[in-house]
Amino acid sequence: MSTVVAEHDHDHEHEHHDHGPAKGLLRWIITTNHKDIGTLYLWFALIMFFVGGAMAMVIRAELFEPGMQFVEPQFFNSMTTMHALVMVFGAVMPAFVGLANWMIPLMIGAPDMALPRMNNMSFWLLVAGVLLLASTLFMEGGAPASGWTLYPPLVLQTGKALPFAVFSVHLLGISSIMGAINIISTIFNMRAPGMTLMKMPLFVWTWLITGFLLVAIMPVFAGAVTMLLTDRFFDTSFFDAAGGGDPVLYQHIFWFFGHPEVYVMILPTFGVASTIIPVFARKPLFGYSSMVYATASIAFLSFIVWSHHMFTVGLPIAGELYFMYATMLIAIPTGVKVFNWTATMWKGAMTFETPMLFSIAFVVLFTMGGLTGLMMSVAPLDFQYHDTYFIVAHFHYTLVPASVFILMAAGYYWLPKWTGHMYDEKIGKLHFWLSAISVNILFFPQHFLGLAGMPRRIPDYAVQFADWNMISSIGGFIFGASQLLFLYIVIHTIKGGTGEKVTDEVWEDAAKHGLEWTLPSPPPYHSFTTPPTIIPTEHH
Amino acid sequence: MATNNAYYIPHQATWPVIGTVGLMTMLAGFANYLNGSSIGSSMMVLGLAIFIVMLAGWFTLQAHESESGMYSTQVGISYRMGMMWFIFSEIMFFAVFFGTLWYTRNLSVPWLGGIGDGPGRDTAMLWPGFEAKWPTNGPGNVGGEFEPMGAWGLPFLNTLILLTSGVTCTWAHHGLLAKNRSQLIKGLIATVALGFTFVACQAFEYHEAYTEMGLTLGSGIYGSTFFMLTGFHGFHVCVGAIILTVVLFRSSKGHFKPENHFAFEAAAWYWHFVDVVWLGLFVFVYLM
Repeated sequence: MSTVVAEHDHDHEHEHHDHGPAKGLLRWIITTNHKDIGTLYLWFALIMFFVGGAMAMVIRAELFEPGMQFVEPQFFNSMTTMHALVMVFGAVMPAFVGLANWMIPLMIGAPDMALPRMNNMSFWLLVAGVLLLASTLFMEGGAPASGWTLYPPLVLQTGKALPFAVFSVHLLGISSIMGAINIISTIFNMRAPGMTLMKMPLFVWTWLITGFLLVAIMPVFAGAVTMLLTDRFFDTSFFDAAGGGDPVLYQHIFWFFGHPEVYVMILPTFGVASTIIPVFARKPLFGYSSMVYATASIAFLSFIVWSHHMFTVGLPIAGELYFMYATMLIAIPTGVKVFNWTATMWKGAMTFETPMLFSIAFVVLFTMGGLTGLMMSVAPLDFQYHDTYFIVAHFHYTLVPASVFILMAAGYYWLPKWTGHMYDEKIGKLHFWLSAISVNILFFPQHFLGLAGMPRRIPDYAVQFADWNMISSIGGFIFGASQLLFLYIVIHTIKGGTGEKVTDEVWEDAAKHGLEWTLPSPPPYHSFTTPPTIIPTEHH
Repeated sequence: MATNNAYYIPHQATWPVIGTVGLMTMLAGFANYLNGSSIGSSMMVLGLAIFIVMLAGWFTLQAHESESGMYSTQVGISYRMGMMWFIFSEIMFFAVFFGTLWYTRNLSVPWLGGIGDGPGRDTAMLWPGFEAKWPTNGPGNVGGEFEPMGAWGLPFLNTLILLTSGVTCTWAHHGLLAKNRSQLIKGLIATVALGFTFVACQAFEYHEAYTEMGLTLGSGIYGSTFFMLTGFHGFHVCVGAIILTVVLFRSSKGHFKPENHFAFEAAAWYWHFVDVVWLGLFVFVYLM
C-alpha cells in the first residue's frame, strides 16, 4: 500500500457516550462489536483446529504401520472426511473471517462492520453448522465417509448422517454468505475519507475479492448438496444415469464451488503475508498495484479451471486441453506475488521475529505447493498423480505451511495489538522451528508415496509404502504436539505475556504500514468513532 | 445517541441468536423427519415458529428504527449493498439448476444416447435401445410414462401475470416518490394480488401434473429439473409476495418517505429478480 499515517485524536473516543460490553457470558452471545465477534471467530477456529487436528492424528496413527491398527475402515474414511470439513469450514475459513472482523474496520478507519447484527448471526450460524456436522459422528451408520467432496453415488450410501451433513452445509453456506456480504459492504461503504481503494492495505483488498468469491460459490455448493438430498429422499434423478442424470454433473458443480473455495483460503493468506513482510523488511511492499491485479486475476481464473480436478473422469479431449492450459495460467499471477514478496525483502533491513519467520516459511513452502500444483495441471501427468498421496502432499503444502502458517504469523503479529501484551518470543521461535521442520517431515515424504502409487483415503497399504508412512506419521505427531505451544502462548499473552508494556506501534515503524498501529494497544472497545484523516506521506 | 450524521451501530442484538436457534431446530427436525424419527416433524414446526417470530421481531425493530430516523444515508447504502449481494447469491443458486438443465439436455442425455461412443466406449451395451431426446426420464424409464408440461397454457398466463406485477410494482414506486400514497397502496395491492395469483396458478399446474399427466418429481431428469427449478422459483415468489405484503402493511401505516424507503426498494428489487428468473424458466424449461 501507499504509506499512510493517520491524524487521529484519541480523546474524541472518550467524549462519545461509550457503550461498554454487556456483563458476563451474555456479552459474547448478543454482541455486535466487530472486535468481540472477531475474537469469537478466532477462538472457535483455534478450537476447531485442534478438533480437526485430533482427527488427523487418528489418520496418521492408523497409517503408522501397514495393516489395520486402531480403527475400522469406515471410521477411517469418516476421519478423512470430517478432518477436511472441520479444517476447511471450521478452522481456516472462520480464522480468516475472524481476522477480517478484527482488522478490516481498524485498517480502513471504520467504527465497526457495516451490518453489525448480521455479523453476530454469521458467527452463530457457523457454530450451528459445525454442531450439526459434529453430531453425525454419533449417528447410526457413522459420519459421512465419502471424502469432503461428498461425491455421489458413494455419499448417498451414508446412513442417518446424510441429511444432517447436507443441512450443515446449508447453514455454513448462509453463515459464509452473510459474513462475505458484511465484509464487502464494510469495505465499499465504511472507509475513512481519503482511504481510496488503491490505498487500502492488501489484507483488505484480498478480503474484498475473497468476499466476492464466497457470495458467488457458497450458493453453488448449497445447490449441489440440495440435489444430493432430493436424490436420496425425494426420488429425483440428478446424479442417476438410469433417470437421464449423471454423477459427473455433481463433480462439475462441486468443483465450480470447490476450486474458488480453495482460493477463499489462500487469498487472505496472501493478504496477511503482504501485510507482515514489509514491516519486518522495513520497506514498502514491492509492487502494490500488481499485487491487487494478481489477486483479482487469480480470483477470475479460479472460476474457469474447475475440471482440472476431474481429468481422469472421462472428459472429452477438448475439455482436458482447455482445463489444462487455463490452469497453467494461474502460475502467472501467483508467480507475480512470490516475486513481489521476495523483492520486498531484497536489501531490506530484515529482522526475524516469529511473525516474519512464519511468513518467510510461507513464501518458500507455498511456492513448493504451487509448483506441485503446476505438475498436476498437466493432464497426462495427472493420470499418474490422481487420487494418490501426491495430491494429498500438494494441497497440504498449500494449506498447512501456507494458510495455517500465515494464520500463526497473524496471531503473533497482532496479538500484542489485541491484548496489549507481548508474547514470549523464545517460545514463539521454538513453536516456529518445531512446526517448520515437522511439517516437512510430515508432508514431504507423501510426494514420494504418491509418485510410487499409494492411493489416498485408505486405512491400509502395501508394505513397500511402510517406511515413508512411518516417517510422515512421526512428523505428524511432532507437528500436532507443537501446536499446543501456540495455545499456551495465546493464553499466556492474554494473561499478561512477558509483562513488557507494548507501545501503540508494537513493531518498529509499523504505523507507516497500517492504521491499526495508530490506535492504543489494546484498542478501545469502540475505535474510530470519528473517522481518521489519511494523509499520504511518501510515494515509491 | 446516534444522530443523523453518525453511523448507527446497534450495541446488542438478541434476534440473531434466536433466529439461529430457530433455523438449527428446523433443519435438525427436518433431518430427523427424513430419517423417519417421530420427533422430526414437531421439531421442524417448532423451529419454523421460532424462525417466524424472529423475522417478525427483527423486522419490526428495523422498521421502528428506520421510521425514527436512526439510519443515515451511509447506513442506507450498507443495507442496499447487502440486498444487492444477497440477490447476487440467489442468482448463483438458480444458476446451479439452470446449469444442471443445460448440462443434462446438451451433454449427459446425448452421451447416454451414444453420441460420444467410439472405440472402447459403447453406451448401447449399457442401455440398449435408448435414444437421446428431450424430454426424457432416462434409459431406465424412471417414474413411468409422463406428459411434459406445455408452454402456452397456464405457464404463459403466469408469464403475463408476473410481467404485469413488475409494472404495478414500479407504478407503486413512482407513487411513493411522488408522495402519492394512494397510488403506492393501490400499486402494492395489485402486485401482491398478482403474486399470489401466480402461486395459485402454479399450484393448479402442479396438481394437474401429478394427477393427470403422470409428471412428478420422480419422472427422471425431466421431472427433477422441472420441479426443482419451478419449485424453488415458486417458493421465491411466495417469499417475495409476503415481503411485499409487509411493505403494503407498512405503507398503509404511513411508513416510507421519498428519500427513505429501503424496505420498499429491497422488496421491489427482489420482486424484479424473481420476475427475471421466471422469464428464464419460461424460455428454457417450458418453451425450448
